Amino acid sequence: MLQQLRENKSLQGALLILPTMVFMAGLLIIPLALTLVISFGQRGPDGGVIFTFSLDNYIRLIGFQPGCLQPSCFDSLYLQILWRSLTLAFQTTVLVILLAYPLSYFIARAPRKRRTTLLFLVLVPLWTNFVIRVYAWMMILRTQGVINGVLGWFAGLLGLTFTPLEMLYTPGAVLVGMVYEFLPFMILPIYTSLEKIDPSLYEAAADLGANSLRTFLRVTLPLSLPGMVAGTILVFIPVMGMFVVSDLLGGRQVILVGNLIQRQFLDARDPTFGSAASLILMAMTLVVTYFYTRKFGFGEEIVTA
Amino acid sequence: MSELAVELRDVVKTFQTPEGTPVNAVDHVDLQIQNGEFFSMLGSSGCGKTTSLRMIAGFEWPTSGEVVIAGQPQGHKPPFQRPVNTVFQNYALFQHMTVFDNVAFGLQMAKRPGDEITRRVGEALEMVKLGGLDKRYPRQLSGGQQQRVALARALVNRPQVLLLDEPLGALDQKLRKEMQVELKLLQKEVGITFIFVTHDQEEALSMSDRIAVMSLGKVLQIGSPVEIYERPNCRFVADFIGETNFLEGQVRAVEAEKVVVFVPALDAELAGVGYQGFHNGQRVSLSVRPEKIHLTEQPPDGQKSFPVRVTQVSYIGSDTRVLVQAGKTTLKVAEQNKISTLDPDAYFQNGEQAFASLTPENTLVLPLDEVP
Repeated sequence: MLQQLRENKSLQGALLILPTMVFMAGLLIIPLALTLVISFGQRGPDGGVIFTFSLDNYIRLIGFQPGCLQPSCFDSLYLQILWRSLTLAFQTTVLVILLAYPLSYFIARAPRKRRTTLLFLVLVPLWTNFVIRVYAWMMILRTQGVINGVLGWFAGLLGLTFTPLEMLYTPGAVLVGMVYEFLPFMILPIYTSLEKIDPSLYEAAADLGANSLRTFLRVTLPLSLPGMVAGTILVFIPVMGMFVVSDLLGGRQVILVGNLIQRQFLDARDPTFGSAASLILMAMTLVVTYFYTRKFGFGEEIVTA
Repeated sequence: MSELAVELRDVVKTFQTPEGTPVNAVDHVDLQIQNGEFFSMLGSSGCGKTTSLRMIAGFEWPTSGEVVIAGQPQGHKPPFQRPVNTVFQNYALFQHMTVFDNVAFGLQMAKRPGDEITRRVGEALEMVKLGGLDKRYPRQLSGGQQQRVALARALVNRPQVLLLDEPLGALDQKLRKEMQVELKLLQKEVGITFIFVTHDQEEALSMSDRIAVMSLGKVLQIGSPVEIYERPNCRFVADFIGETNFLEGQVRAVEAEKVVVFVPALDAELAGVGYQGFHNGQRVSLSVRPEKIHLTEQPPDGQKSFPVRVTQVSYIGSDTRVLVQAGKTTLKVAEQNKISTLDPDAYFQNGEQAFASLTPENTLVLPLDEVP
């Protein structure tokens, strides 16, 4: 038996992945299959599930009533929610890249000893629970919050009347919260790919007549693309499904697909509709990620032979 | 156009060590490099050769002194404004670009028209024998081929001076020898001044028109390969370039360049040549190259010799290296194997008695007291 294990490479492989396979089967594949089955069911009177095969939930999601596919029955509410989630994820990703890139660049070019400290500082906020950090943003943004407090104090000094700004429960607040939460997940991969660039490449570019800007555009940026791609995957996908940030900072104003799903399961007690929405979310994320990775890959490093 | 391609005028470069003490990596260096010359800077690591090269390229600026290229003081000009190009030690090729784009980079930066770029890149790749590989990526090339891309990428810009920072260091022995010959031919062909940094003395000797031997930030000697090897001006250079035997002694007589030295270890007077103005009674060092000591089984006629005992013999093909005990000292001797034979008697054996002779012109007198 042991002899056989020593010689059989594929048996070794199978044994090594077995624990993960069991885990994934139990906690991912079976639940996913259940979700799929439930999404075709109907809501029972007491919040249970009646197992049938009905497309009603999907028909409702694209804006029609079950049994009524006329334009008069059309309501774009759910499509708006899906579109809002998609654009917000896109905006968050772009903003996070714009904020993370200069910072990563700065860390990667810092003296080796200081880099560790700076990276450590990037990770410090992650020590606090992420919901608590969102609450901190509520403290900052609300009508009697930190920002309005400071602005009001300045206005008072200048003798002006000050109307507090409405910042909390706006799409802007949700965007700020998302950017804040996901910034470290972009900084780390971009830093990693920037740090790998051999400094002599910058010198080679300068030697061949490129000024700083052209060196950046022709050498630094293309070589750090893998980091940006990996970061984008790490940010875009979770933002698509995020509901805590939008719940706390967006209130009833900014409902994302994540909130929709959460409310179907917990408030509306309609797991069938929630399951359908979950699958639509997954499908949307998959499609975007598929086209994105087909163009850019998964952020594999450019192999330096 | 000025006669000099590059000039370093009293250049100093000071770095801070991690402990905070300043160190002169380049310490008051004066160099004058002629147009069209193959000039090497030779020294062990930390001697300041690479820092000097980097100051010519513009990656570093002198703490004091001036770098002059083609008569133009460079001051704090950035690298991209200098008429020089560099071949880097690790080649520093752009891995995300094809061979063509790597070589075209400099011309694109200079905003040359597209058809000119295509033509000149093609010519440059032909010149380094890489025609047809323009669509490959650097990672798909061997080390030697990558080396050639780096060379083409620099030469395609037709710089006034090409700077080479240990470019052959990463190649294996055989390829390195081939590239040495090729680089030398290439330099003759393009007529560009090459400044070549290396720690490999053989490389420097075989390729250079002139060599600057550096140590601890200072230039010790500048001269042709023959001058550097045959007439080193100090113990360090004699020791660093090739192999040598040092014998210490005291000057007994001086007549112009002929110096007679008493060597206590041999209990004998040896005649040599010295060029640094010696005086009677001065303590000096004699430098004798191993291949310039003549070993014979019988004392040679009409030539001064001293008895020695062979203590170690190693046959290395072209030569036989012999260690001999002479008086109180050990000498390294290299006997060239001019005759092909399997007869063991043709070679010296351990414990054998022999006679060593050397001529005054092969015995170089060097001052003993020197800084490095």
